[in-house]
Amino acid sequence: MKAARITADGLYRAALGGAAALVFVVVALIVFEAARGSGLSIRTFGLGFLTSTAWDPVSEKFGALPYIYGTVVSSALALLLAVPLGIGSAVYLAEIAPRRVGAIVSFVIELLAAIPSIVYGVWGFFVLAPWLRTAIEPWLIAHVGFVPLFRGYPFGIGMLNAAIVLSIMVVPTIVSISREVLLSTPRSLREAALALGATPAEAIGVALDAARPGILGAVILALGRALGETMAVTMVIGNTNRISASLLDPAATMASIIANEFTEATTPLYISSLIEIALVLFAITIVVNGAARVLVYWATGGRRSAAALA
Amino acid sequence: MGTLTEPMAGDAERRGHAFTQTAETPGQAADPPGPGLDSKPVIEARDVCLSYGAHQVLHSISLAIAERRIAAIIGPSGCGKSTLLRCFNRMNDLYPPVRYSGSVMFEGTDILRSGIDLVELRRRVGMVFQRANPFPMSIYQNVAYGLRLLGVRSKRELEEAVEGALKHAALWNEVKDRLNRPALGLSGGQQQRLCIARALAVNPEVLLLDEPASALDPTATAKIEELILEIRSSISIVIVTHNMQQAARISDRTAFLMLGKLVEEGPTRDIFTHPRERLTEDYITGRFG
Ligand SMILES: Nc1ncnc2c1ncn2[C@@H]1O[C@H](COP(=O)(O)OP(=O)(O)OP(=O)(O)O)[C@@H](O)[C@H]1O
Ligand SMILES: [Mg+2]
Repeated sequence: MKAARITADGLYRAALGGAAALVFVVVALIVFEAARGSGLSIRTFGLGFLTSTAWDPVSEKFGALPYIYGTVVSSALALLLAVPLGIGSAVYLAEIAPRRVGAIVSFVIELLAAIPSIVYGVWGFFVLAPWLRTAIEPWLIAHVGFVPLFRGYPFGIGMLNAAIVLSIMVVPTIVSISREVLLSTPRSLREAALALGATPAEAIGVALDAARPGILGAVILALGRALGETMAVTMVIGNTNRISASLLDPAATMASIIANEFTEATTPLYISSLIEIALVLFAITIVVNGAARVLVYWATGGRRSAAALA
Repeated sequence: MGTLTEPMAGDAERRGHAFTQTAETPGQAADPPGPGLDSKPVIEARDVCLSYGAHQVLHSISLAIAERRIAAIIGPSGCGKSTLLRCFNRMNDLYPPVRYSGSVMFEGTDILRSGIDLVELRRRVGMVFQRANPFPMSIYQNVAYGLRLLGVRSKRELEEAVEGALKHAALWNEVKDRLNRPALGLSGGQQQRLCIARALAVNPEVLLLDEPASALDPTATAKIEELILEIRSSISIVIVTHNMQQAARISDRTAFLMLGKLVEEGPTRDIFTHPRERLTEDYITGRFG
């Protein structure tokens, strides 16, 4: 009886341990394969791969800079749009809206996160792009065209379109996590602030301050999603290897170049270069997600001890 | 701002008579009037009734709080002590649907009236809660918070005020070398004294303490009591406590509340040695509670 239980227990542990180990093995294999696949490119171009803007399959000269640039700028821009909107909505839903409204609206917002990214791509291409081309971009060029960021020609697709689509895609992440974090900050903080003569807005400021590490974690998770988003971006960014200061111009990201050219890549060096881009992207997202984990862990740990001590 | 700082002409006069009325609330009319306050009242509740929705919690409470004295509110759990205390800074407004009737006079203004400036009121009537609730910031930032709300920007002014408040709260010596460390790293008793310092920093005229030591050990409690006695000379204090010895040790006057009614109020010594009401006697001798 006792022995049987021990064996069952042991089997159970072994199965779980095996499943966990399998995940590690898969990740390790992915890294290994990516590293092996990009070996040719790494040997051929060295570190210059990261700083070169060449992309010429005919003469076999490849450089990742335009794509790294495109990924970083489109993601940063997306966050610039999504963070104020997301945190603003989270504050409203957690602090101001009646409980029921907050719960219902955040449920709907979380549904947004489940929409396949190609749907966002289609929307960006067929709805947002014409609108940008005919209304927004001409206006920007006419009124703030003296800033290099808004110079050029209204294509409709390009960096701006990609950033807007990305921002809409990551807003739900920011809203739902920030709202959770805000809701979990102790009510006593708000009471303490109000009792000191804070206005309701100032009391919310205290809660936001307490929720800051968690909100930061939400933003970094959103950044991780933006960095890796492929389908929607590929459809609306225009896909060019030119680096342009103007947000109205087409660009490309690491994910979009891979998606676009992988089937066309015929020579070993071409394929290897694309795999190296994947490796760089993988490294960047791993670092970003790791940072998010640490931050969220720190935030919840800090909150738990705060609640325990308060 | 204006509502509190400019008492209306008639108010001061009315306040003069108010205390005599207070001593003769309907329920106690038959009793000999309690001895008068030995300083002028700073807060006067008159016939205060309060309900949360349909649940009436306070029943026609009339009570005067003497200036620069310590008033204790005692009574069994759930009798409405905290609720009464929160009438004095309108914190009950945070728990809608709350309805008041009657009035609470503070500096000639009825603070239960709608439209009074709650921000100003709460600056002048500070509050410390049962469980220490420091902000998750540094010790210094905690104490400076209220001053920053008031628009104090000068670094020197802030530093002086923070030091003053921490000294007042008998915490300065323990934290002066780690003002920039997180407040949540302090012990429970230190956190509570920090909350008192934070409340004192904005120079309130009245300090409301809701069972400030109920989560603390005897040593930490003794420190809090000491500090309360210390600040008594500069500020009016209302303290809610479960602990009868504590009320007896530190307060000048004691009010005994039961089931939302004020049973008896008077000088602490009288309440504890020869209460007028049978209920009070039963409660302080521990026959129930
Ligand atoms: N926010 C609220 N909403 C509804 N009812 C409340 C609320 N706060 C308190 N009450 C009720 O009002 C009554 C008095 O509560 P109160 O907290 O004032 O009691 P108390 O004397 O401070 O008790 P304790 O000694 O346990 O702190 C209780 O019956 C309680 O259930
Ligand atoms: Mg209470």
